[in-house]
Amino acid sequence: MNRIIYEFTESVRIALAQIRANKLRSALTALGVIIGIVAVTLMGTAIEGINTGFDKSLAMLGDDVLYVNKWPWTGAEDWWNYADRPPLRPEDAVKLNRIISSSPDSELEFGVFGDSRSASLKSAGNSVSGVFTRGTTAGYARILTADFEEGRMFNETEDESARQVVVLGYDVAQALFPGRSALGATVAIHGQPFQVIGVLARQGSFLGLFSFDNQMVMPLGAYRKYFGIRDDNTEIQVKIRDKTHLDNAREELTGLMRRVRGDIPGQRDSFSINGGAVFKEKLDPIKKGIALAGLFVTGLSLFVGAIGIMNITFVSVKERTKEIGTRKALGARRVTILLQFLIEAVSICVLGGIVGLGLTYLMFAAVRSGMPSFPIEFSPALVVVSMLVSVVTGVLSGVVPAWGASRLDPVVALRYE
Amino acid sequence: MSPPAPVETRPVRPVGPLVIAIEGVTKLYQMGEETIHALRGVTLDIRRNEYLAIMGPSGSGKSTLMNMLGCLDTPTSGKYEFNGNDVAAMTDDELAEIRNREIGFVFQTFNLLPRSDALRNVELPLIYAGVPSGERHERARLALESVGLGNRIHHKPNELSGGQRQRVAVARALVNRPSIILADEPTGNLDSKTGVEILALFEDLYEAGNTLIVVTHEEAVARHARRVIRLHDGLIESDGHVY
Repeated sequence: MNRIIYEFTESVRIALAQIRANKLRSALTALGVIIGIVAVTLMGTAIEGINTGFDKSLAMLGDDVLYVNKWPWTGAEDWWNYADRPPLRPEDAVKLNRIISSSPDSELEFGVFGDSRSASLKSAGNSVSGVFTRGTTAGYARILTADFEEGRMFNETEDESARQVVVLGYDVAQALFPGRSALGATVAIHGQPFQVIGVLARQGSFLGLFSFDNQMVMPLGAYRKYFGIRDDNTEIQVKIRDKTHLDNAREELTGLMRRVRGDIPGQRDSFSINGGAVFKEKLDPIKKGIALAGLFVTGLSLFVGAIGIMNITFVSVKERTKEIGTRKALGARRVTILLQFLIEAVSICVLGGIVGLGLTYLMFAAVRSGMPSFPIEFSPALVVVSMLVSVVTGVLSGVVPAWGASRLDPVVALRYE
Repeated sequence: MSPPAPVETRPVRPVGPLVIAIEGVTKLYQMGEETIHALRGVTLDIRRNEYLAIMGPSGSGKSTLMNMLGCLDTPTSGKYEFNGNDVAAMTDDELAEIRNREIGFVFQTFNLLPRSDALRNVELPLIYAGVPSGERHERARLALESVGLGNRIHHKPNELSGGQRQRVAVARALVNRPSIILADEPTGNLDSKTGVEILALFEDLYEAGNTLIVVTHEEAVARHARRVIRLHDGLIESDGHVY
């Protein structure tokens, strides 16, 4: 047992001495591994980033919220099936809530009607356009996933009296009132004065595309007055009680909505129920495809690096044939020699891996600070995985030459010049 | 050539138990179509505390016999027992083990690891023997002191003279207290003065009770041994004591 440990430490020592003695050669060889590891780990940060970004975004959409729309979010290529559905109306939400509150063991909690569009707004000195604007009722406060940076949501009184108040997303508030509080200020929307009563905390963006901070929310009455309601676009957001019962909730909601809308039995639903899960199903294969293709391409560069290691280990074995003979004469067993060259190959790979990982981290940090919304993520798991990949690469590329070295006939090896 | 040693004054020590017993050993090599009979039936006993020289022109089977004695190679046929163990039947790892514990090699070209200092070089057989590092350092240091290099233990081979390098190699051969020390042309790469020094060191080792086998083609080297075996065409031509 001791012998294995001594031989192992001796092998590590020899390997490091060997690398030190052949600095340039080792560096050039390691370069292949460095490039490979950088490629693989960058791919890893991208995949990780897409995954967490996706989950975060789903949470922002509300993973405990179902959406009742005229259109399904996915598979709308046969749009004519949906075109003559009657639009969703505020009364539908009122009716729905009445039924929900009268059935105590409902999986559903609350529904809120809303419409949305893009709008621009102005403050004294600044203006922002293309802001996602939602007109909804006071109940929206129960569905909103964001916290308030300052202020509050509009209340039922403000809602019912169509008061001209607005809640701004973080970025909107920052753009209009850089460096100061927006609370209480008046902004012009559609030429009409609205008072800012709340600012939402920063949320980030959905898959780096749609920013949740570039939005505003206003009472439905005020929205209707200045924008009108677009029938095709309305929706009812329904919060459910327990997101682990999503399927039950969806089923119950379908039944309730058929009642609300008066769909005759046998007739198809006059609405579509959408939600995070649908999105997930749709995007999962894409995510997997990106991951597989990316790992394959980056894996190739690692493979090229591995060939470099194998080559250099062959050279190293050849150069040191006589030394192998001497070691065997002095009592080195096959496994000792095998270990020695294997550890040499693995050491180069691990050193390359560490450098590669460091480079990846620097690139990650640079991208993070330059483009905060770019979906990449650097996790501790990535460190572990890339180290494992380095070791495995070293073993795979070193095993053939090391095996050859261990099988050398000591007589022949000692004679080698 | 080194000057003739003072043959008549050398003491001869009593020999001990049998270390090597070789009987009817042959070795065939296949060189393409041709079969080479490197050894054609060699019978030889070597006892503890002998000082033996093996001589012969090139092609006589001298190197093959040396490899056999050093357990680097196994015979094609015949019997080879080392301390009563059948070497012919051993696996590669068992051979490595016996080389490690029982045989100390001294090579013509020294075969030191160039990037390791003298101490590390001498420690190497102890590493393969599984000796813990504290004991390893101590034994390697003592071995280097015994060959007169106590003040050179941290020198790398390229910081040492040829004679000093061969002394390191001798210390390495000694360090695991082997049954035999097997030297292959130990003075072949040294000038005559340094060669004499190494032979004097061998004489000391012999006096201290070691068993020495020196393979050489130089009469002047062989003359230091107490017994000389001459090989010719794969057979022992003569086996005589020279005191």
